[in-house]
Amino acid sequence: MFLALRELAFARTRFGLMGAVVALISVLTVLLSGLASGLVVDGVSGLLRSPVQAMAFEEGTKTDSAFTRSEVTAVQRDAWQGQADVADAELLGTAIVNAKNDDGTPLDLTLFGVEPQGFVMPAAAEGRAVTAEGEALLSVSAKDEGVEVGDVVTLDRLGTQLTVVGFTEDQRTFGHVDIAFVPLRTWQEVHAGLTPGETADPEVYDVGSVVALRGVDGAPDLAAGDAAAGTSARSIEAAFDSSPGYTAELMTMQLIQIFLYGISALVVGAFFTLWTVQRTRELAVMRAIGASTRFLLTDGVLQAAVLLVGSVAVGTGIGAGLGAMLEGTQMPFVLQGQPVLTGALLLVGLGLAGAAVATGRISSVDPVTALGENR
Amino acid sequence: MTTPARTDRATGTATTTVDPAAERQGLTLRDVVLTFGDGDDQVAALDHVDLDVAPGELVAVVGPSGAGKSSLLAVAGGLTRPTSGSVRVAGTELVGLSSRALATFRRDNVGFVFQSGNLVPALTAIDQLRLVEKITGRRAATAPLALLDAVGMAEHADRRPARLSGGERQRVGIARALVASPSVLLVDEPTAALDRRRSHEIVELLARETHQFGVATVMVTHDHDVLTHCDRVVEMTDGRLAPVQS
Ligand SMILES: Nc1ncnc2c1ncn2[C@@H]1O[C@H](COP(=O)(O)OP(=O)(O)OP(=O)(O)O)[C@@H](O)[C@H]1O
Ligand SMILES: [Mg+2]
Repeated sequence: MFLALRELAFARTRFGLMGAVVALISVLTVLLSGLASGLVVDGVSGLLRSPVQAMAFEEGTKTDSAFTRSEVTAVQRDAWQGQADVADAELLGTAIVNAKNDDGTPLDLTLFGVEPQGFVMPAAAEGRAVTAEGEALLSVSAKDEGVEVGDVVTLDRLGTQLTVVGFTEDQRTFGHVDIAFVPLRTWQEVHAGLTPGETADPEVYDVGSVVALRGVDGAPDLAAGDAAAGTSARSIEAAFDSSPGYTAELMTMQLIQIFLYGISALVVGAFFTLWTVQRTRELAVMRAIGASTRFLLTDGVLQAAVLLVGSVAVGTGIGAGLGAMLEGTQMPFVLQGQPVLTGALLLVGLGLAGAAVATGRISSVDPVTALGENR
Repeated sequence: MTTPARTDRATGTATTTVDPAAERQGLTLRDVVLTFGDGDDQVAALDHVDLDVAPGELVAVVGPSGAGKSSLLAVAGGLTRPTSGSVRVAGTELVGLSSRALATFRRDNVGFVFQSGNLVPALTAIDQLRLVEKITGRRAATAPLALLDAVGMAEHADRRPARLSGGERQRVGIARALVASPSVLLVDEPTAALDRRRSHEIVELLARETHQFGVATVMVTHDHDVLTHCDRVVEMTDGRLAPVQS
């Protein structure tokens, strides 16, 4: 550390520039991680924050379009309900709809058709719970669109009218669209394409998109239930992948993050390579004096560690500050301690790896070169 | 302190009688050969060299460029392994030691003074000396500041090399070489970058420290002016060593 710290102070401009680059990369990492978490919440908070542990889809539906294509029946729900390890099995209908508020402002909504008294229906934090057909409990985030309790929302095309009776406590979105929890029967009518006043065949009230499941003690045995009900069930986490855009968005974010980590390691490695080359002469002198390779390597790696930990800490701090400002805005941004910490550790770890490889050149410096003319 | 003898006893032949204590403490090269390359390109940088330097003795090595002077220092200090022959420093045979053992040996027994000082740019004068303490892992027998004082650099203790003159750097380099109380001091062209007056000062200083600390010192130089301060002068030509009558 003796030499490491003095060299940091001596070449502070160079190390400062390098530190600034690493700090900026850390800021980006924090922002990306916040954006990724935000996208998850925005994309699937409706599933993430529901008590549902698994979803049974229609057998054979493809993963990427499962929620829109799948259709299950009450018979299948009853088969699931008959499983010993299933506590609750309920039909859940999903549909993304375009609607207009009282004043004509367009509104995108995901209808979640659920049993009004069932386990999937969330509590109302504002207003009251849904009791009758034609009523809707909206995600609290819909208030940002100007929706208020008492508003009547009209669905495009069908003209179905939904009265907003309350809001959930936290954000409930699906595919980045606010969820409107409506009675299952209302959803079934919309699903069948019925306009108001039209009478329906009884089988209309027999279907849902999926069977929402909750086990008696942890998630139920999906294979056994599938065999009994003829469905294709997935855990709630696996069902995220079936949400609109979810996989593509997350993959994009992860790819950017991976590139950032790679760039960071390479930049740090390149910097320390140049730095070590620049120090070749003094390294040769120290080796001639009898400094062991271990002494010099330890010093070099510690120097990199001080630089990395310092700049990543500063960058993460700035990133968290910026993130806190973003959290209140329309941006899908959620700061979470664990992914931010993981990102910071990765930056330090990969940077150290890059620096260690570069500093390894120390072991090939020949002490004899310290003698003779001043090259 | 050993009184260095102004004789030519220790050069030229391997049969010269040497004070046994001096042989144990100082530097002894016996029949050392160092060749580079092979076949037609082979160069004998050192050609059957014998040299004895007693503690407290300052021996100057002169000779034309390419004669093998730096090679002599490299072999004597355990930086380069000779092709054949024996190198003993303070009673230890260096030939056959591993690289790691050689590094440790240099650390504890050999001091180097390089051309133009070769100081670490980031360190102040006093820190150059403290760095050696860090490398050896023990305190200098003479405190760093006292050593700087001995070379007349105490008032510049907090200056980095960039703010020191060539002669001042060389002084710090000498003080640094003495931190580990070495048995042998190897000095490569210490006055190459200095004017006449500074050159005399530096070599006088080297002679004084050599005598005071009882170090066996070998100094390579092109500068014939400064030879008066040396106890003995040897000349190197084409890898061969011969005494010079003063
Ligand atoms: N690493 C090496 N590989 C091949 N030949 C070398 C090497 N080092 C030195 N030599 C050769 O050995 C001979 C002696 O070199 P050395 O550096 O010891 O000379 P010198 O007396 O110190 O010269 P100068 O006064 O110019 O510093 C020269 O012919 C040189 O070319
Ligand atoms: Mg030379």
